[in-house]
Amino acid sequence: MTQGHAPQKVVPVRHPWRWVTGAILAVLIAQAATSVVTNDNFGWPVVWDYLFDPRVLQGLQNTLILTVLSMVIGVVGGILLAVMRLSGNPIAAGLASAYIWLFRGTPLITQLIFWFYIAALYPRIGLGVPFGGPEFVSWDTNTLITQFSAALLGLGLNEAAYMAEIVRSGIQSVDEGQTEAASALGMTRGRILRRIVLPQAMRVIIPPTGNQTISMLKTTSLVIVIGYYELMVAAGQIYARNFQTIPLLITAALWYLALTSVLTLVQTQIERRYSRGMSRSSKASRGLVNRLLTSGSDQV
Amino acid sequence: MTEPMVRAEGVCKSYGRLEVLRGIDLEVAHGEVMCVIGPSGSGKSTFLRCINHLEKVDAGRLYVDGDLVGYRQRGDRLHELREDEVAHKRRSIGMVFQRFNLFPHMTALENITEAPVGVLGRPKASARAHALDLLDQVGLGDKAAAYPNQLSGGQQQRVAIARALAMEPKLMLFDEPTSALDPELVGDVLEVMRKLAEQGMTMVVVTHEMGFAREVGDSLVFMDEGVVVEHGNPRDVLGNPQEERTQAFLSKVL
Ligand SMILES: Nc1ncnc2c1ncn2[C@@H]1O[C@H](COP(=O)(O)OP(=O)(O)OP(=O)(O)O)[C@@H](O)[C@H]1O
Ligand SMILES: [Mg+2]
Repeated sequence: MTQGHAPQKVVPVRHPWRWVTGAILAVLIAQAATSVVTNDNFGWPVVWDYLFDPRVLQGLQNTLILTVLSMVIGVVGGILLAVMRLSGNPIAAGLASAYIWLFRGTPLITQLIFWFYIAALYPRIGLGVPFGGPEFVSWDTNTLITQFSAALLGLGLNEAAYMAEIVRSGIQSVDEGQTEAASALGMTRGRILRRIVLPQAMRVIIPPTGNQTISMLKTTSLVIVIGYYELMVAAGQIYARNFQTIPLLITAALWYLALTSVLTLVQTQIERRYSRGMSRSSKASRGLVNRLLTSGSDQV
Repeated sequence: MTEPMVRAEGVCKSYGRLEVLRGIDLEVAHGEVMCVIGPSGSGKSTFLRCINHLEKVDAGRLYVDGDLVGYRQRGDRLHELREDEVAHKRRSIGMVFQRFNLFPHMTALENITEAPVGVLGRPKASARAHALDLLDQVGLGDKAAAYPNQLSGGQQQRVAIARALAMEPKLMLFDEPTSALDPELVGDVLEVMRKLAEQGMTMVVVTHEMGFAREVGDSLVFMDEGVVVEHGNPRDVLGNPQEERTQAFLSKVL
């Protein structure tokens, strides 16, 4: 059919306005960048001085530990809550819904303070027979609830409520035929969930979970209300003494940006791992810069 | 053998007010290939799904190889089986679906070895060897490492058959295994099923492939509105239907 035809000359649609707006934006950005670098008020030398200050690094370490552990609690709790909600058991489903309602419906700051002062409500915590039966072991609440454990409880339990909805939508995105085929092969419900449904749900679960993790990284700074030490508190304590507020905020911001970038890369790797068999050719992965500059929430 | 592979006695099933099965009585002998035809919504899939207890029977009894499906009889009481007991019984019944339902995150080989290793506790190496052998038998020896979405519909369905066979079932259920396939791919799948029948597998096949029913089937059932309208030798039912409803249906599809 194409034989004897001269190759077609294609004139692409021209976009003159793209060039004009692009040029204007480039000038504006260059101007802003120059001012950031040359304006002494930013205090770049101070920023570099404090970037690896031991107090900043200690805060950074606590931020990381809090983020990782809270997310672990959040993900495990979220899976449990999602499975409870989707189980046929009305009591389990009702409990999970109530939990999500309560923890999503109140401010995180309130929850953090609540956990920190739980000793006022329950001075001792113990294991025993309910409704006034004998108690086997008990602890003084004040020794159990440190600033660290209150921070973990507050962040982790709150996160679980959000993760529950993410996991639930992931599980529901898996075709019912999968469960049917697995049942027909004699698999039990737990095995089907672990081997068949969750691995497929991961594709839907991972992007918003990446988002939650990145958000958690910064949300950890809320633990300032119960006096726990993390990156923002470290920066705050330093500028309270030397009054270099802006440079220290920039120091902290640089660390947050660095961590967010690393998390984004990790997310990309995990997404690739779970996209096996999901697209005909392994989809060309988007460029690194492109990846870093867009939010993690975009659909796969 | 006195006890048939499948025995249905007055099997009834409703979804809310909709009575889908209204007293099915059928027997499938060991080694028999029974084909089931009937108009859409007549309850063919539902009956098949009752046999491996993917659906609960509301009334009547279903036996597979002499075992009551889904219940245990003690005196005149029926006790519902626990979830793991039901799962255990399903091991010996293979099922093939219209939409294949392969596990998309696993290769063809992994699809086949998943249940033998995970459910039956077979050693990985021997499950693999068996799976490769089965892939050869369905003509896909070179596709072990392919993911389902890299396979054509006909290839996927043959992997699905191999996956069911890997459990070494005594009974195979097919629910319109070729209905989702392009016409030129149907033949390969039917060929695999024909070979399986020749090896003596007991099969219940819901199908619209009248040629297959006539040549491979030992018996043919015509279902309509939740009852068995006609049941007999495929050549007789197809060539000389006795019931008016069967005649009407066949005149539309043949
Ligand atoms: N889970 C369900 N809930 C409610 N109704 C259902 C359900 N499954 C099937 N039905 C109804 O039961 C009837 C019989 O369904 P079934 O799938 O057994 O028919 P079929 O003979 O296999 O039809 P087809 O040839 O279209 O596959 C249909 O009217 C269908 O809508
Ligand atoms: Mg059907």
